Amino acid sequence: MADEIERKPAVYICTGCDIAGAIDIDALVNVAEKEAKVPICRTHECLCTDEGAALIKKDIADEGINGVVISGCSSRINTDIFNFGPDVYVDRIPMREFVTWCHEPNDEDTQMLAEDYIRMGTVRAQNAAPPNAFEEEVGKRILVVGGGMAGLNAALSTVDAGYETVLVEKEGVLGGWSSRFTKAFPKKPPYRDLQETGIDDLVAQVEGNDKIKVYTSSTVGEISGQPGQFDVTINNGSGDAAERIGAIVLASGWRPYAPEKLGHLGYGKCKNVVTNLDVEKMAKEGDFIRPSDGQPVKSVAFIQCAGSRDQDHLPYCSGVCCRVSLKQAKYIREKYPDAKVYILYKDLRSPGQYELFYAQVQEDEGIFLTKGEVAEVKEEANGQVTVALDDTLLGESIEVTADMVVLASGMVPSTKVEEFNAAGDGATPAEDSDGAAEAADAASATDATEATADGASAESGAGILNLTYRLGTDLPNIKYGFPDSHFICFPYETRRTGIYAAGAVRAPMDMASCVSDARGAAMKAIQCVEMLSRGEAVHPRSGDISYPDFLLQRCTQCKRCTEECPFGTLNEDEKGTPLVNLLRCRRCGICTGSCPERIISFTNHSVQMTSKVIKAIDVPDEEEEKPRILVFVCENDALPAFETAAMKRMKYSSMVRIIPLRCLGNINIIWIADSLSAGFDAVMLFGCKHGDDYQCHYVKGSELADYRMGNVQEKLKQLVLEEERVRIHELAIDEYDKVPQIIDEYVEEIEEIGPNPYKGF
Amino acid sequence: MENLTVDICVVGGGMAGMTAAIEAAEIGKEVALIEREAYLGGRVARMYHYFPKQCPPSCGLEVNYRRIRQNARIHFYTLADVESVDGQDGAYTVKVRQNPRFVNEKCTACGECEIACELERESDFDYGLKKTKAIYLPHQLAFPLRHVVDPAFAGDAKMKAAADACPVDAIDLGQQAENFEVKATAVVWATGWKPYDASRIENLGFGQCKNVITNVMMERLAAPNGPTDGKILRPSDQKEPTRIAFAQCAGSRDENHLPYCSAICCSATIKQAGYVREKLPDAEVHVFYIDIRTPGRLEDIYTNAQDDGKLFFHRGKAARVTEKPGTGNLVIEAENTITGEKSEMEVDLVVLATGMVPNTADETPTSDAARDDFGFLVDGSTGVIGAGVATRPLDVSASVQDATGKAMKAICTKARE
Repeated sequence: MADEIERKPAVYICTGCDIAGAIDIDALVNVAEKEAKVPICRTHECLCTDEGAALIKKDIADEGINGVVISGCSSRINTDIFNFGPDVYVDRIPMREFVTWCHEPNDEDTQMLAEDYIRMGTVRAQNAAPPNAFEEEVGKRILVVGGGMAGLNAALSTVDAGYETVLVEKEGVLGGWSSRFTKAFPKKPPYRDLQETGIDDLVAQVEGNDKIKVYTSSTVGEISGQPGQFDVTINNGSGDAAERIGAIVLASGWRPYAPEKLGHLGYGKCKNVVTNLDVEKMAKEGDFIRPSDGQPVKSVAFIQCAGSRDQDHLPYCSGVCCRVSLKQAKYIREKYPDAKVYILYKDLRSPGQYELFYAQVQEDEGIFLTKGEVAEVKEEANGQVTVALDDTLLGESIEVTADMVVLASGMVPSTKVEEFNAAGDGATPAEDSDGAAEAADAASATDATEATADGASAESGAGILNLTYRLGTDLPNIKYGFPDSHFICFPYETRRTGIYAAGAVRAPMDMASCVSDARGAAMKAIQCVEMLSRGEAVHPRSGDISYPDFLLQRCTQCKRCTEECPFGTLNEDEKGTPLVNLLRCRRCGICTGSCPERIISFTNHSVQMTSKVIKAIDVPDEEEEKPRILVFVCENDALPAFETAAMKRMKYSSMVRIIPLRCLGNINIIWIADSLSAGFDAVMLFGCKHGDDYQCHYVKGSELADYRMGNVQEKLKQLVLEEERVRIHELAIDEYDKVPQIIDEYVEEIEEIGPNPYKGF
Repeated sequence: MENLTVDICVVGGGMAGMTAAIEAAEIGKEVALIEREAYLGGRVARMYHYFPKQCPPSCGLEVNYRRIRQNARIHFYTLADVESVDGQDGAYTVKVRQNPRFVNEKCTACGECEIACELERESDFDYGLKKTKAIYLPHQLAFPLRHVVDPAFAGDAKMKAAADACPVDAIDLGQQAENFEVKATAVVWATGWKPYDASRIENLGFGQCKNVITNVMMERLAAPNGPTDGKILRPSDQKEPTRIAFAQCAGSRDENHLPYCSAICCSATIKQAGYVREKLPDAEVHVFYIDIRTPGRLEDIYTNAQDDGKLFFHRGKAARVTEKPGTGNLVIEAENTITGEKSEMEVDLVVLATGMVPNTADETPTSDAARDDFGFLVDGSTGVIGAGVATRPLDVSASVQDATGKAMKAICTKARE
């Protein structure tokens, strides 16, 4: 902890990059030496050179310096040069990016700003200590849940990489849906011919591998603990088995969309309306026969998007059904060369090289592809089925009559089966915040604030993983049951550390995609156990060894931290005291922001430290007419945006003082009180976009900051302060051009409102 | 330069290559990452927004830069060309040429050199839509954040002014290329893609009509660090367009050009239509397509787009684009692919949704690497491992997914016995 070793920081002020031409360096030295009383303060014309770094290293070696404050450029550059090993705390003051590049040179206000940043940096260095990695025993076995195409591949590649694997499959045999399919799409050049699925070989490989412990006819009873130390009970009919697990690949796959819900397309009403899964079964059996009379089909019509791309059913595209129908059309045509096959579609989707397969199918004279919207499906007296189609390319309505109609029905992730496939017509499951209340119930929440504070902690309630987490039993999902948390850039990330999804439970995908997807998820799983074994955080603060310490003697059991952690790090005991699972922690510091007692601290970042930083800033008296505005910025996106604005030499008011945070969700409302009582006239916050398309790196941080500021507004009213004095902005990383205007307009607004009446008290 | 021995050598520092390198390094492997351009991030660094979230690529890239900065196991090289790959699984030798940057590691990106430099060059980053100084930052959020000199100007006497302006003596115009070798157990090839050369689709007017642009150029027009500071202006007269047409499958799904589907262009167009409509609320957007392909949850952006009263989807392939003399306006002719029926529309900007061509179409990692007819690398059980768009057309998320899986394949690579 910070107080274990006496802090002895030194200050190094770079005068290069024309910093010395814009501000009075001697005055800065004076602040460091006389006010902050640091033992050493040096200036150098170019600190980022070997010579500059050597100067610092010498002081560390000779003078016992263990904190280094570098006033110069942003920590986003020259990171390596200013790394002095694990025992030295480094604080970078971006004097160029925060001061000389974006404010008037040789100006009284710019100088005051620069001096304040020296005060802020030295106070941080006087109170912060470099982190030491925690040491916890980390087990490295991987659990794979699901024994289909994705699960089998995940297990095999994990073992190939040298890690033991436990595989749990609920069916009596391995292979999953893939075992029921006759052929796979053409994946190899020239992309024209159907391929073997290869599933039997995969099953044999897994069954023959002594590093893979396979449980069939088994489900996960319960998962407790944390990554590296998961305790998993497995229900396997003959009693429970227990396994110690490091990380988990969820490969529980998909289920067909309930065909009973496709009555409007004739299912259950016309005898000869079947699904694409029925056709796979027929293919395995070797004959394509009409259910009504057992006669081989002479004509078949496929209806695409049966349930998918339909707001009343599955709003998303199931991704594979177009190619499945092309494949099944080939099955039928190969079996019965005289049969006619119609494929009735909205948009035919065969991405990438699969277009070549589509082209090959189009060459078949017995296959007819027709675009249109299905208006009606009706049974003829002879058992045939007629499909009426509107909005065709020919601009007219047509009818297709066939011996059998196949519904190309879609894939439902196994996390959302109960909701999507619930009885009744067209029940699209509640998403996100709507589901939050249920989730809160499931998590036995007693506090009504939960749903508001952490809406999307809606775990899917799928009963697959059965986590004993305070925030729910399964992976939270963002939309439609897909459990990823950082869609686009980091597709494997979820909101439960050490648990990664692969295959059709992560997104609708074909067999070939499942293979590579499983490898990736397995990669993330073993990466997680390796990083944890080094005491490092996983995504997005990968490699960070700092961690939060909870001073639980002073905990008041308010449960804010346990509810607000986006990653479900904290459980609770029966009194409501947090039970800390550090191996689940992503080190975002959202918990430090949530805690009204300020008892959650990192060695290099805490509520108290920032309070001291705020108090160190020199706030001029009212008469000086120099307003002061404290600006908290998210270091992930808003900070680079601020720095880029400075690089473009965009100027803005020098009345602001910037404090970067690990995430805006790091904000503790005590800092607002600190600022206002220290005489600041206003506080601004810049964080990432939240809502459905959130950009917050910690999923909920900026949303939580917004929520907390709502509470601050109440406090402001009680203090008879204008609500305008606290303002929160969303700022994307590329919105640097907006920075000056947002700040200048706000400073103007605050000047009009007038000084903080508490100034000087 | 010193030779290097690593576990994995990754060629290509775009989304797929960076991902493969970082994921493997975080497991604990030593990784070399070789990038041809002056910055990491590849194609996506040139994009304005991603679909489906309309968010800036630099947000995720910055996370990856941070992961690289703090991980000593990643040895990355920019402006580095791979000259040859020899060997086999377990024992590869990759010969690399480190091209001169003419700017050394002392550079702090202060920009004094740019101010002093009089020479200008066309910015390939902006597809020629903009000029930069001959010494320039690759882009504002580049990594590494360091200037670079266009090699065509390094020998120009006028560059001395820029070199003299550098306060930290970081500019070294005499820098020479150097060669070094990387020995690796596995090689991941993630050299990505380039847009199909739209001028080869002669009937669609690119290169003939000023106001016919490609989808990648549209990204630069919309980007805040682009040639128009993020304003959508048509090239001929820098006016805001009022009616914009997108021509889908410009080259893709076409026997005469790219027989495959480039897989991303439909979503890219819907994304672009979205931000065009936001930036130009009065403008009409018309999309001419054969099939709209928005798989999985990307369907949501198509669903939402159909609620926009000024965004129109027309089933029919753009057959011809011609310029209306004197106006800069364009007439786009679309053809119903079934009936052959034709329709015409006058617009003031045409965006061609051009497809992706793998860079491996022109250069193969090794002489025996398996490639398909289009130049995509074919997955094999041994040999150089293709990742990302080097293997098939993929969007960003799928590239990351693929590259993570390929990193797994790389760490499992064993020496042949």
